[in-house]
Amino acid sequence: MSSNAAECLVQEFLVESYENLDVVDANLLSIERGDATPETLAAVFRSVHTIKGTCGFLGLSKLESVAHNAENLLSLLRDGKIAPGPAITDALLRTVDAIRSILANLERDGDEGSASHDALVELLAALAAGRPGPPAQEAVLASAAEDAPSPAGAESGVPTSELLPFADEVATSKTNEAEALPKPANTSPVPPSRSVKESSPEPEATSRASVVDNTIRVDIGLLDRVMNLVGELVLTRNRILQFAPSMAEHGFANASQRLNLLTTELQEAVMKTRMQPIGNLWNKLPRMVRDLSHACGKRVELELDGNDTELDRTIIEAIKDPLTHAVRNAIDHGVETPEQRVAQGKPPVARLLLRAYHEGGQVNIEISDDGAGLNYDRIRQRALERGLVSSEKAAEMGERELGHLIFHPGFSTAAQVTNVSGRGVGMDVIKTNVERIGGSVDIGSVLGRGTSLKLKIPLTLAIIPALVVTSRGERFAIPQVNLHELVRIDRDERRGIERLYGATFYRLRGQLLPLVFLGDCLELPESEERAEAINIVVLQGDGRQFGLVVDSIRDTEEIVVKPLGKELRGLSVFAGATIMGDGHVALILDVLGLALRANLRSSGGSHSLDTATTTTTSATPQESFLLFSVGSGARMAIPLSLVSRLEEIRRDSVETSAGRAVVQYRGEILPLIDLAAAFGHRVDATRERLTVIVHACGTRHVGLVVDEILDTVTETITTRQSIRRPGTLGSAVIGGKVTDLLDVAGVLRRVDPDLLHDENAA
Amino acid sequence: MTLSIVPETARSLALQICTFTVGGLLFGIDVKEVHEVLRAQHVTRVPLAPGTVRGLINLRGQIVTAIDMRARLQFPPMDSDEPPTNVVVRHGEGTVSLLVDEIGNVLSVDHERYERTPESLSPVIRDLLDAVYKLDDRILLVLNASRIPEIAAAGDRA
Repeated sequence: MSSNAAECLVQEFLVESYENLDVVDANLLSIERGDATPETLAAVFRSVHTIKGTCGFLGLSKLESVAHNAENLLSLLRDGKIAPGPAITDALLRTVDAIRSILANLERDGDEGSASHDALVELLAALAAGRPGPPAQEAVLASAAEDAPSPAGAESGVPTSELLPFADEVATSKTNEAEALPKPANTSPVPPSRSVKESSPEPEATSRASVVDNTIRVDIGLLDRVMNLVGELVLTRNRILQFAPSMAEHGFANASQRLNLLTTELQEAVMKTRMQPIGNLWNKLPRMVRDLSHACGKRVELELDGNDTELDRTIIEAIKDPLTHAVRNAIDHGVETPEQRVAQGKPPVARLLLRAYHEGGQVNIEISDDGAGLNYDRIRQRALERGLVSSEKAAEMGERELGHLIFHPGFSTAAQVTNVSGRGVGMDVIKTNVERIGGSVDIGSVLGRGTSLKLKIPLTLAIIPALVVTSRGERFAIPQVNLHELVRIDRDERRGIERLYGATFYRLRGQLLPLVFLGDCLELPESEERAEAINIVVLQGDGRQFGLVVDSIRDTEEIVVKPLGKELRGLSVFAGATIMGDGHVALILDVLGLALRANLRSSGGSHSLDTATTTTTSATPQESFLLFSVGSGARMAIPLSLVSRLEEIRRDSVETSAGRAVVQYRGEILPLIDLAAAFGHRVDATRERLTVIVHACGTRHVGLVVDEILDTVTETITTRQSIRRPGTLGSAVIGGKVTDLLDVAGVLRRVDPDLLHDENAA
Repeated sequence: MTLSIVPETARSLALQICTFTVGGLLFGIDVKEVHEVLRAQHVTRVPLAPGTVRGLINLRGQIVTAIDMRARLQFPPMDSDEPPTNVVVRHGEGTVSLLVDEIGNVLSVDHERYERTPESLSPVIRDLLDAVYKLDDRILLVLNASRIPEIAAAGDRA
């Protein structure tokens, strides 16, 4: 069983590496031609890094040492420490050949073969050891010339009979190269690689075929086409079936029945070619985590949640590398050793949790560990050292911005480069790959508590179950992941529906649920038909819950999400479109976009602040809160939906304008309100840096100065005290402690009524 | 002999233009950019979309935006219930369908009949035109296919 799994791993490694090598070959040639861009180098580096990383787990020590040395050289090239020259590209191309020959051996005999690649390794090391800083090409060549003869000489002492033809070739071509060095133009990479292929053409060809035997890589464009054709076939089949009863011919009925069955089967098969549970990707992780944590001397327990979350295969492909790198990073850098953990009062075994779930029309994948967390100070320092940011900028950067710095190519805070990770390439791979498929990466971390990496992957190509509804004669699909429940009220029994300041609410089990009328929200023209009932689709998106009122609820259907044309991308209320059974197009609603649009519309009135606050705090049973402390450690909470950003500012950047404390913030003037002062606590004037919660209302922002951000929690408020202090909405037990809920509007009104007035006017 | 092997100068002498009428005027698009011409299709309206976007049609499994050429070229909507014809056009990376009043013939136009777009035309229309050809009995306005959807995106939100 486990040897089978290992076999599987090797096979995949081979297929993947061959592909990678082809790309590396092409890129190296373009570097040699001199038309390389920094991206070309970064791409070569990533490919070699991936090969090296994987062979570490497979115990391929020879391959690893070749790849590791090549990677060293490449990282110097990428960082501009040395300039590419013929000697370097030649050595790198030879590395590719060496890797190919090892892979061929691995495929044929199951081991790395007996050929020695020490000479190549030494050459690579010698090239990498060339003086740091960008020397002239001659200098690199000269250093190569000094170093090259000695390994080559050592090599020639080994009886050649013990070496495979390839190793022989390496040795001789190296000596040739050393001789030819004064004329660098002669060092063409072509002869060695050709002779390698000639040396073992037969076995390589046959074994290469065996890997390819049971898997074919199909261009996704072709799959898309097949899928579209099948969709058309289904529609044509439906039409034929409609004719069948009216046709007297018995044979026709039989044939159409057969067509029906075959089409259904074909459709299912084609769908299957594209969808895969993420578990397929994940079942390699336990082994990888085990080996990695052993290699790093750590103890890690892996938890996987959401194994059966289905993803389109293109997406699975695209997130494979990012996931591997994320896990590798988490274990190597995120998690501490058992001793360190115990010393910090943590259990010796670290937890690594991978969660996959659908949310808001996207697939979220979270990789969280309970390790050391990001050291923001070190990131800031590293960013300064590498000249990524200016010192003023670095001082102003918030944790979020700092966290995003680690996605910069070549950025690593690892104290030392290990053979697992630490070159700062991993996070770069994650970001590049995820963004390529239109996703986004976010990182959250608390020093000493752990790091959580969140990948948001679009479902552009995915097939999703959806609820089909109609409003004023138009049909819409709602992704079922956003769906909470359906409520139906008879039209003449409108109890429970209340109107407040132009906003409508429904009392759902004692909670006020804000209602959004789809027809109004989308400005659909009024139609004559009156629905005999009010249908409420209760939706959830990004922490908000609301009821969408539609005319009728049709059915649930599996739909293929297709993106809208460029002309319509700006419409955030739609997530895309799909083709329904009758061949017509239906729009897919984007629940978040819809909530946003509905909210914007309702906040026009002068009571906007009040209603916004009360609806978010009282209507939603489960809500996310930001916990913070004010004054002498008083705990307070604000709904996360009212927080637009968290910032840290220097006290000396605070200015005064019209008697108010303000700070320049993103091109606007941000008024500051010190909550400690507002609640009569002692104000700590000695702090150099102020922690500010930026609250957006309408088009303006207000900064709330607090002592410390404690946490964010998502929970149902269990108790709420009815006695309220001014400036609070009452108290609740959040995170097991009594916490005051901040009434932003109330505080603004009390502290600075002008401000509130300005806002309403704006 | 196909168009593509005719030398550049000769080709510009005889351009193949797929013609259609909108609001009584004769418009055309280079045939190389026209994917196909379809009868009226079922159009799904897109709420909140710009007024020039009539909706979405299903083109053999591909969802294509249908642009109302009457709105785009600033003509009033059609009086009759005559269903519009779809001229499916490839532009850049996408495909759009232009809803036109009536499809015409494919005409070969000589370069001699070429005229630069008159400056006196309204800028909205002038931006869309590649060239103007003086035919014997009427004027042919040749549209630039890739500009049509571009401005629809930036256009009015009716």
